[in-house]
Amino acid sequence: MLTIDRAAGAALVLIGLVTLWEGRQYPLGTLQRPGAGYMPAVLALVLIALGLLLAAMGARGPRLSAVRWHEWRHAVAIFAACGFAAWGLDRLGYRLTIAAVMLFLLGALERRGIVVTVVMAVAVAWGSFFLFDTFLRVPLPRGPFGL
Amino acid sequence: MIETLQNLALGFSVALSPGVLWYGFIGCLVGTLVGVLPGVGPLAGISLLLPATFGLDATRALVMLAGIYYGAMYGGSTTSILMRIPGEAASVMTCIDGYAMARKGRAGPALTIAAVGSYVAGTVSVLALMVLAPPLASFALRFGPPEYFSLLLLGLLVLAYMNTGSMLRGLAMAALGLLLGMIGIDQMSGHFRFAYGVPELGDGIGVVPVAVGLFGLAEILLTAGMANPPAVIKPRLRDLLPSRQEWRDANWPIWRGTVLGFLIGIIPGSAHVISTFVSYAVERKLSRHPEMFGQGAVAGVAGPESANNAATSGAFVPMLALGVPGVPVAALLLAAMMVHGVTPGPMLITSDPRLFWGFIASMYVGNVILLILNLPLVGLFVNLLRVPYPILYPTILVCSVLGVYAVNGSVVDVWIMLATGVLGYVLRKLEFETAPIVLGLVLAPMMELSLRQSLAMSAGRYDIFVTRPISVALLAVGAVLVALALRPIVSRTLDWRARLPVESAPSVETESPVRRVGPP
Repeated sequence: MLTIDRAAGAALVLIGLVTLWEGRQYPLGTLQRPGAGYMPAVLALVLIALGLLLAAMGARGPRLSAVRWHEWRHAVAIFAACGFAAWGLDRLGYRLTIAAVMLFLLGALERRGIVVTVVMAVAVAWGSFFLFDTFLRVPLPRGPFGL
Repeated sequence: MIETLQNLALGFSVALSPGVLWYGFIGCLVGTLVGVLPGVGPLAGISLLLPATFGLDATRALVMLAGIYYGAMYGGSTTSILMRIPGEAASVMTCIDGYAMARKGRAGPALTIAAVGSYVAGTVSVLALMVLAPPLASFALRFGPPEYFSLLLLGLLVLAYMNTGSMLRGLAMAALGLLLGMIGIDQMSGHFRFAYGVPELGDGIGVVPVAVGLFGLAEILLTAGMANPPAVIKPRLRDLLPSRQEWRDANWPIWRGTVLGFLIGIIPGSAHVISTFVSYAVERKLSRHPEMFGQGAVAGVAGPESANNAATSGAFVPMLALGVPGVPVAALLLAAMMVHGVTPGPMLITSDPRLFWGFIASMYVGNVILLILNLPLVGLFVNLLRVPYPILYPTILVCSVLGVYAVNGSVVDVWIMLATGVLGYVLRKLEFETAPIVLGLVLAPMMELSLRQSLAMSAGRYDIFVTRPISVALLAVGAVLVALALRPIVSRTLDWRARLPVESAPSVETESPVRRVGPP
């Protein structure tokens, strides 16, 4: 039976193994004089041990299939909007990127009215830019036409 | 004693100067809003507003950020009492009797008792912080690398033990955080570890993108798809005053909650959550009418609310005295201090007394500001909750992206926030606590450096950790905790965590936002 603890334990073991594999390029040193790879290797082994323990003791826990993911569509859309923001900040500038994110989230995802969507998008994008860049002097990226 | 009073006078001269007072007020106001809004806890609030403090001097920045912290602790009670939605995890216990009082038409008195209890707890615990921090800092000057390593190890063990899930899960999350902390340049050899050609990772993964991802973005991913929020009970201003009997019922729980909260707050971990649980359990045990708990008992509001505010000050003790963060919020405040060129640690009191005592005094002032803010303006704060969440969360999301980007002006941090947001979403779904990841991330470089320095001091002998008295004492306490955690496994009984509220996904297997909560 695949329980939450077993699945999580397996994931932790996998992360530990990947860390060990990726960390092999750093010198381990000795027990007395640890090198750059020593601590990551020790932590990876600890993570593997904890993952195995979690999996071994998690046979009676709740099943992984019992977890409901009913909000996954919303979560994926929000994740995509954030990904677009990360991609667009340096390319399109702060204001255009944030306005596009707001238009997508409010207009396409939440189905708000066109007026509310546009007003909110412009207000948040330009308002937050003014507050941080102009007023607080935290430099934010500009895109085409200085936007 | 006279020296302490002189220092406090210096602190008040700083805290009451118009500039500092203004930023303290802004911090308290924003913190209350952060606490009122479900999904934006103190950690995410501080992370988001950290860049806004870059233009300020260190004292103003720290006072403002601390104001957000304890403001959020105050504000969290409002939604708990009026909507049965805990603004942040520490307000979960307040939901039980606070909401029950509100349903009986006693929402106003419940809010007043919560605010007064928070005020008393906040003020008294700052007094304790003032008395405890300086001697602890003097003691900490005896700490060398072995003692620091043992202290950090103990901190992680305590954090895992006090975790509201199992200790094993807590330790696994801490180990994951420590592993994330290995990314970046090795401080002793200069090796570029796990950076994959990304120069921005040279300084390691920042605590701000990880904290915003795990707490802010994950919360939005979890709650944005939720159905309609519950109705808000709106109290009238003239209904705020409790009756004489209610005051009497609240008196001792407030004092007990204060003492308990402060003591538990000093211990690293989810101190706020634990302190509210312990306070609730103690009040129910001592009550002449334990059957009233869950039905609107005044002590069930007064005790936990006082405890969680006292724990806020308690959490500052190891941060100010030792330079070691006990909770993720303290880690962020330490990061803020470093951004402003202040070196945290035991020398802070002597090297920067204006900052240290100004910070302490600002907490007294902040508690008064919060009392003034929380009672008359409660109606205004509640109106915020009428903004539909589908409009609110895109704005919070934009603030998250902005806050994370502004720290280093780097989109790499936004990508890190995104990755940790998904990680936090999955972990919350699976009922894992994510706070140990943040602490592990912060402690990893300190821990590795102190281990390697210790071994360099002892010519590679590991017995240096057990031959120095402070170090061995700290390790012994850690061993006792591990033994305590193992006991229920060996004896096959439920341990105390089984009765704790878990800060978990609000929509997993239940319609209520409050999970696993009930009179213990």
